[in-house]
Amino acid sequence: MSVLLFAELSDGIIKKSVLEASTYGYDLAQKLGVNFAAVTVGPVDPSELEKLAQHGVSQIYTVGSDNAEAFVNAGYAVAVAEVAEHIGAKAVVMAQTYNGKAIAPRIAVKLEAAILNGVITMVDPSQSYSGTRMSYSGKGVQSFQAVKDRVIVLPMANSYGVKENPVQSNTEVFTSSSSIDAIDAIATELLKVSEGVSLTEAEAVVSAGRGMKGPENWPMIDELAQLLGAATACSKPVADMEWRPHHEHVGQTGIQISPALYIAIGISGAIQHLAGVSSSKTIVVINKDPEAPFFKIADIGIVGDLFDVVPKLIEGIKSAKATV
Amino acid sequence: MKILVCISHVPDTTTKIQFDSAGQELNKTGVTFVINPYCEYGLSRAIGFREEGKQVSITVLCVGGPEVEPTLRKALAIGADDAVRIDAVPSDSGSVAGLIAEYAREREFSIIFTGKESLDFNGSMVPGMLAEHLGTAYVPAAIKMELKDEDSAVVHREIEGGKEIMNVTFPVVISCQKGIAEWRIPNMRGIMAARKKPLSVVKPAAVPAFVESTGFAYPPTKSECEYIDPDNVDRLVSSLANKGFI
Ligand SMILES: Cc1cc2nc3c(=O)[nH]c(=O)nc-3n(C[C@H](O)[C@H](O)[C@H](O)COP(=O)(O)OP(=O)(O)OC[C@H]3O[C@@H](n4cnc5c(N)ncnc54)[C@H](O)[C@@H]3O)c2cc1C
Ligand SMILES: Nc1ncnc2c1ncn2[C@@H]1O[C@H](COP(=O)(O)O)[C@@H](O)[C@H]1O
Repeated sequence: MSVLLFAELSDGIIKKSVLEASTYGYDLAQKLGVNFAAVTVGPVDPSELEKLAQHGVSQIYTVGSDNAEAFVNAGYAVAVAEVAEHIGAKAVVMAQTYNGKAIAPRIAVKLEAAILNGVITMVDPSQSYSGTRMSYSGKGVQSFQAVKDRVIVLPMANSYGVKENPVQSNTEVFTSSSSIDAIDAIATELLKVSEGVSLTEAEAVVSAGRGMKGPENWPMIDELAQLLGAATACSKPVADMEWRPHHEHVGQTGIQISPALYIAIGISGAIQHLAGVSSSKTIVVINKDPEAPFFKIADIGIVGDLFDVVPKLIEGIKSAKATV
Repeated sequence: MKILVCISHVPDTTTKIQFDSAGQELNKTGVTFVINPYCEYGLSRAIGFREEGKQVSITVLCVGGPEVEPTLRKALAIGADDAVRIDAVPSDSGSVAGLIAEYAREREFSIIFTGKESLDFNGSMVPGMLAEHLGTAYVPAAIKMELKDEDSAVVHREIEGGKEIMNVTFPVVISCQKGIAEWRIPNMRGIMAARKKPLSVVKPAAVPAFVESTGFAYPPTKSECEYIDPDNVDRLVSSLANKGFI
């Protein structure tokens, strides 16, 4: 018996979201009193695997897939499910990324496991894996329990945190029957639009709305984000008008995020927007309208003209950094 | 070409979510239910194929009780040809996917559209489970789709910070994200026509549940907002610094 982590590689790199899932998986394995193992698919440098050992993984299975660069969910699911069967995994843990969410349902069907997606607390294996997750787009917290004795857990990004648990780890090559399957959709091209911090795993997010007046005013948002090491986001109309790319749109019909810091600039705070960002820990709102609904969920608010406040904020952060 | 569009029936996005006093389920009093917006993108894309001159038949399907029928009628008014209601309580994504799979298995749909996620439980797991049950390809979070011929398409899917362009051969399950099509408003003719379109009720197959919902609570409330004067932005700077963001 054990707990298995799907250690997703992004261009060969193990990202923070995976280390958070690893921290979660390690704690779950401790609770169950079982081993904590991980599986990677595709070419990986041993130095990356060292990160897993730092975060509690004592047994690593590497599956070398010929076509692993082209992420294909059917093929990946076969590999991960085979490793899970091989080690008798009770639980498979993975980050709530696009790819994690794509393979989790396939693995669940193969293993007849219950999927617990977007979990915000440690599940209790002695109580049918009961736990809590967000629902109704951040407007409700749902309690659940698994009806199966095997589970797949995807913790909500930034909800559990990353903690080091250094252990001795052993790496083994696992031969999977997986290949690019006839049923796989084959990726022909990958277009990375933004080179910045990924929105879903960012600690800090600077987001702007229609109050910006036009795309030509975005350089100050980018500059502020860069100073804070933050990702950038936007409201739906901003993406609809193509001031910013689609994938930056947050909210009920966009991406749901839960960073430690969310700065909303020139966004009114419509209920559909809040649905995607209300789990952020600290919310800063800059808006010239004191009645803007966003202030109701803000921790810090500035009622003022963003074209005045944002440049001042940038200068302030620059001088604060200079004095450190 | 046969297309199935799976729609879920969810509270309107402006709904103030309230639970019953026992915290067991959503208090539905006064709540308007709509087609899950992501599913509506799939429906719009399917209708788009027809407008491009393709021969398509579009079936909309929802797992739910009689209360979901107005939502199915709305989908018919927008342009679907027929509707199916699988008569079961949609209790968890595992059983919903199992029920849809049992219905779709023998019916040879080329494309099954779903939403990227359902705005009630935000599970985002039904489409992938459905694809696995049916042994088909799956493209999650599709933001664009163009048909190549009768049995293949090019689909763009959203990924962290970008997109991936995929070739896919049918049958396929596609979960839809903003970008794949625009929402449509039904016109009077559509609404009239919808009344006469077939809506059949199907008995559910016996499928197991995977997860049980045991209750709901409200997210923790926020503390009061601290207002900072726009002439005192340095206070925000020090506040951010104290919290370790600078
Ligand atoms: C089904 C559905 C789903 C939706 N999903 C989403 C979603 O996922 N995400 C989303 O964001 N929206 C969504 N919306 C849209 C949502 O209802 C709002 O229309 C949208 O969020 C408003 O965007 P905004 O705040 O940028 O623009 P506005 O509402 O126009 O707000 C602009 C704000 O900027 C402020 N402002 C203007 N000038 C200045 C200045 N110089 N200085 C400071 N402040 C200034 C104004 O006071 C105002 O508050 C959805 C709508 C529907 C119907
Ligand atoms: N009760 C249902 N009936 C039909 N389709 C559903 C139902 N629930 C979910 N789906 C489909 O699965 C998608 C994802 O839902 P979910 O996995 O619940 O987030 C939805 O957008 C629908 O297309």
